[in-house]
Amino acid sequence: MKVLEEKHKLATRWFHWINFPILTAMIFSGALIYWSYDPYRIGLGKFTLFHFFPTRFYEITGIGYQLAFGMALHFVLAWIFAVNGLAYVVYTVVSGEWRELAPDRNSPREALQVAMHDVGFKVPMPPQGRYNAAQRITYSAIVLMGGCSLLTGLAIYKPAQLHWLTALLGGYEWARWEHFWLTMGYVGFFGIHIAQVVRAGWANFRSMVGGYDLVEQK
Amino acid sequence: MTPEEQLARHTRRGFIALGAGAIVVAGGAYAIKPAPDDADIPSPLRKVLGFNEKVVRSTIFSDRNLTRTYPNSAIKFLKKNGDFGIEEKIDLSAWRLQVGDKPLTMDDLLSLPKYDQTIDFKCVEGWSVVTRFAGTRLSDFTARFAPGGADSKFVGFQTPDKTYYVSIDQPSANHPQTLLAYEMNGEPLTQDHGAPLRLVIPVKYGIKNIKRIGSIEYTNDRPKDYWTEQGYDWYAGL
Repeated sequence: MKVLEEKHKLATRWFHWINFPILTAMIFSGALIYWSYDPYRIGLGKFTLFHFFPTRFYEITGIGYQLAFGMALHFVLAWIFAVNGLAYVVYTVVSGEWRELAPDRNSPREALQVAMHDVGFKVPMPPQGRYNAAQRITYSAIVLMGGCSLLTGLAIYKPAQLHWLTALLGGYEWARWEHFWLTMGYVGFFGIHIAQVVRAGWANFRSMVGGYDLVEQK
Repeated sequence: MTPEEQLARHTRRGFIALGAGAIVVAGGAYAIKPAPDDADIPSPLRKVLGFNEKVVRSTIFSDRNLTRTYPNSAIKFLKKNGDFGIEEKIDLSAWRLQVGDKPLTMDDLLSLPKYDQTIDFKCVEGWSVVTRFAGTRLSDFTARFAPGGADSKFVGFQTPDKTYYVSIDQPSANHPQTLLAYEMNGEPLTQDHGAPLRLVIPVKYGIKNIKRIGSIEYTNDRPKDYWTEQGYDWYAGL
C-alpha cells in the first residue's frame, strides 16, 4: 500500500525555483562584468595552468563588450537574490526546518560514506532524514556562500560608503577575488547538483516541483 | 481520491506554477534585453538603478565616509585609459576655466587651500590603482567662485572641446575628497592625465573623473553625461 508523502515544503520549493533563474542571471551578468577586467587564474608565479577565461570561452558564449548592461542587470537582480535568500533563511530558522538542514557532528563522516556510495564503492548509505549528510553539508554551505556573495558584492559595489566592510574582507581587490571564487563555487555546485538530480530520477525531480511522492506505508 | 490521483494533482499544480513562472521570467528577460542598435540600457533597468541611487543617498552616503588613503609607497602606475576630449594637446597657458561667464585662471585655483591625497583610483572596468592627487577641494572652489552653487542639485563638467562631459550629484561634489586636481604623484598633471585641471572624485568610478576641465556649471537640471548615454549608471557612486 502506497501513501502520499510531502517531500518538500511549498515555501522551500518557491525559494528554490525563484533562486534558480536569478542566480543564473547573476552569474551571467557577473561574467559580463568580469570580462572587462579578467585577471584571475590557476597558476604559480609565471606558470599559468588555466586563465579565467580563455578568448575562446568569450567567443563561444558571446560574453563581452556588454559591461554597462552587465552592471545594470547585476545591480537590479541583486535585490531579488538578496530578498529571496534572506527570506529563505528567516523561514528556515522560524519554521525550525534548519534542524533537517544543518550538519551535525556525524555529518562529516557520513557525508564521506555518501560520497563513496555515490561514486560506486560498496558502502552502505547511512540512515538519513529529509537530507543525507552530504546534502546537509552542501546545502548549508551554499546558503552561507550566498551570504558571503552578498557581503563581498556590497564591499565592491560601495567600497567608499561601506569602507569598513571592504576592509574587513581584505580590501577592494581581495573582495572582488572572493566574489569571483564564490561564483566559481556555484558553477561547480550546479554541475554536481544536476548530475545528482539526473541520477536520482524522475520521482525525485517531480517532488521538487509538486512537493509530493508516493512511499510504501510503514 | 487515491494516493496516485492526489500525487497527480499536486504534480500538475506544481508544473503549472513552474510553467507560469518560466513565462514570467521570459517576459522579464524580454523587457530588460537591450535593443541591438541602442547604446542605452532598457528603461526598467534604468529605473531600478535610480532607485538604488536613492537608497544609497538616503542611507549610507555620508561626507564622513572617506575612501581609504594609502602611504605613497603604495603608488602604482596609472595608465592613460581614455582620451575622449583630450586627443589633441593644448596650449596650457591659454587655458581658462569657464564658470558661468567667468573665465578663471590657474592662479585663481592656486589661491585656494591645497589638499594632497593618495587614494585607490577605481575604474568601472574593475581594476584600481593607488595614485596620489593634489589640488583644491571642489567645495572650496564652489564657495569662492560660484556662490550659491552648492545649493544646486547637480554639477556639470565639460572638456574645452565639449566632446567629453560628466555630471554629478551635489552631495558627491561636496564630499571632502572631491578635488579639482592639478598634480598627480607629486608632479604637475601631464596632458595624458588631464592637464591642467581634472576632477578627482574617489567616491565615483574613474569615468566621472573628467580630465582637462574646460567649464563647470551648477544647475538643477541634470547636465548630460557621456557614459550614461552609453548605458552606464548615472550615479556611478562607490
